[in-house]
Amino acid sequence: MRRTITVLAVGTLLVLTGCATDEPATAPSAAASGPAGSGTGEQSKFFVQADYDRELALLDATPAGPDGKPWEQALQPTMVDTAKFKKAGPHKICFSNAGLNNPWRQVGFKTMQAEVDAQRSRIEQFVHIDAEGKDQKQIADINDLLGKGCDALIVSPNTTATLTPAVESACKKGLPVIVFDRGVDTTCPVTFVNPIGGYGFGHVAAEFVSGNMKPGGKVLALRILPGVDVLETRWSAAKVAFDKAGVNVVGVEFTDGDPAKTKKIVNDYLQRYGTIDGVWMDAGAVAVAAVEAFLDAGQPVPPINGEDQLDFLKLWKDRKLTAIAPTYPTYQWRTPVIAALKILDGEQVPSPWKLPQPTITQENLAQYADPDMPPLHYAMCGCTDLPGYPDRWK
Amino acid sequence: MEIAERRPLPLRLRRFRAGSLVPIVMLLAVLLVLIAVRQPNFLAPPSLLSFLGRSTPIILLAAGQYFVIVSGEFDLSVGSLVTAQVVVAARLIDSEPSRTWPVVALLLTFGILVGLINGLVTTRLRVPSFITTLGMFLILVGAVYLWSDGAPKGGLSEEFRRFGRRAFEDVPGLGRVQYALLVLLAVATAAVLLSRSDFGRTLVAVGGNPRTAELSGVRVWRAKTIAFVLSGLAAALAAILLGGYSGVSFQAGAGLEFAAITAVVLGGVALGGGRGSVFGAMLGALTLEMLFALLNFYGVSGALKSTVQGAIILLAVAVSSVRSTSR
Repeated sequence: MRRTITVLAVGTLLVLTGCATDEPATAPSAAASGPAGSGTGEQSKFFVQADYDRELALLDATPAGPDGKPWEQALQPTMVDTAKFKKAGPHKICFSNAGLNNPWRQVGFKTMQAEVDAQRSRIEQFVHIDAEGKDQKQIADINDLLGKGCDALIVSPNTTATLTPAVESACKKGLPVIVFDRGVDTTCPVTFVNPIGGYGFGHVAAEFVSGNMKPGGKVLALRILPGVDVLETRWSAAKVAFDKAGVNVVGVEFTDGDPAKTKKIVNDYLQRYGTIDGVWMDAGAVAVAAVEAFLDAGQPVPPINGEDQLDFLKLWKDRKLTAIAPTYPTYQWRTPVIAALKILDGEQVPSPWKLPQPTITQENLAQYADPDMPPLHYAMCGCTDLPGYPDRWK
Repeated sequence: MEIAERRPLPLRLRRFRAGSLVPIVMLLAVLLVLIAVRQPNFLAPPSLLSFLGRSTPIILLAAGQYFVIVSGEFDLSVGSLVTAQVVVAARLIDSEPSRTWPVVALLLTFGILVGLINGLVTTRLRVPSFITTLGMFLILVGAVYLWSDGAPKGGLSEEFRRFGRRAFEDVPGLGRVQYALLVLLAVATAAVLLSRSDFGRTLVAVGGNPRTAELSGVRVWRAKTIAFVLSGLAAALAAILLGGYSGVSFQAGAGLEFAAITAVVLGGVALGGGRGSVFGAMLGALTLEMLFALLNFYGVSGALKSTVQGAIILLAVAVSSVRSTSR
């Protein structure tokens, strides 16, 4: 009997060991499997040369719109007519949200709520439904909202392909639809709001890292997970930049956005190679863990990029790092509300609405590294002028 | 049992008494030699000490898991318990230094409580322990997600993190001595003393043959429950060190239960109970970490970790089955 139980238990254990392995498809990290480091590997299948060229061109473009309010600015805008949506206020605005499942979305949503509060005189009701990161729930949510008499519908889709039909059916109802952050495969929404994009992010970071390290140095690239378009584009642009600069990318690893895993990976690479001369990251969430790995190993922190999360900015300032923070600004959560009101006024809006994507550098670091804001806050929220700042974001 | 083992052993495998430390020490020696060849500077005291410091959480968990396994049970809940503790600590401390010590006390209590529940459900309600602790694993994973909305909140204070991150700098002859090493030394001593005490011997007897133990007046349920409590306590200590090391993380404890069980088995402790030593279990953890370090030096992907662990568990159980069926 005891033997049976043991065998059964061990069987269960093994199955579970399999389940617990959520290291996502390590196969694509080609560089990780060769001891000497075999560079950047194959180009991502998400890479589209034309998009890449366009985004890089946008990085240098001068935005149209009011100065100092990047959430109202647009890059190379093409205006569309919205006269047919003109309606007397106050309005009921509805928002189907993909999820609040990471700090970026938490900060973004607070910013959006604050924007709604700032426009209270014109918005009678703001309905928000959280799809909790589930496609099926969001499809049902959008359907629900269509029966609630919304004057305008804002959608932040969970995934592109799956949500497209739901957005299309919303368009058919005749109300103005505004999509932001991740896109959909249809042009039926009145406008699509997002910043320049992943290629711009990855390119800026990779140029900085390769430009600030010794020639031929060893770079470690840390990615969150494979297969997500916004992250794949960041890496593919970095790959192009690194290949051009001829740096030695000794590893491309996936961290799952987890600090424990990140620290372990950086530590492993430090042990294996002795030193690492540059770190590139596709998102800033675990930048602090990567920096800590160098500090705890008693090694100098090499040129590194993070994002506009406060914990990284503070560390950068305190430790005087050689760093840069391209952003995927959370102020883009303000724009859909502004767009909805413009559309309901019958004013022209840019479509697509490409927002500027600022970069935090040594020069403007002090302006963003506010010691009073919490570690998971995103500095590029464009929220300092909104009602309830700073307490709402704490 | 003793008599059976004194018979001539037909298989080479049986050259060592079950639970003997010889195989694990030999394996460790081989790994050290391989590492010395590949990466000689790894064996310098500072880097070896820092390796030992980083391996401390898993060694603690292996010690805790030893008590449970030697008594004939499993504890699958330790990994998720570690994660839950780290997430809870971050949310409660919320970067406020003054809350550090109360939260540490709370975590230890929480660990003991989870162990107590695991133990009582297993012994009093007679639910097989791998079901009990699997249930606890799922409960904790679910509760953490529910409580935190899927994204970690708050932050750990520097005071909390120092246990897992900081060190006594410039100790003569050794260099940097991490606080974790002191925890390791204390826990290892306590665990060895405990396993040699009456309680430790009783536990082995319970694992070897619960019926006999029961008939000879041992309160089996109490011994096993205490074993689960020890495992929970070890998980709490590991969580404090791991949280300190890496900060708030949803995966702080991912896969640690398997690492701990693999380590214990590698250290010569029989799955099913009744044989083994806690020192062997802790050496097993060290050996496992050493093996992973070696794989890393050879550039083997970290994804292979679970495969290696699975192979070790299978091999160990196969070896112990061969031994006992021909007994």
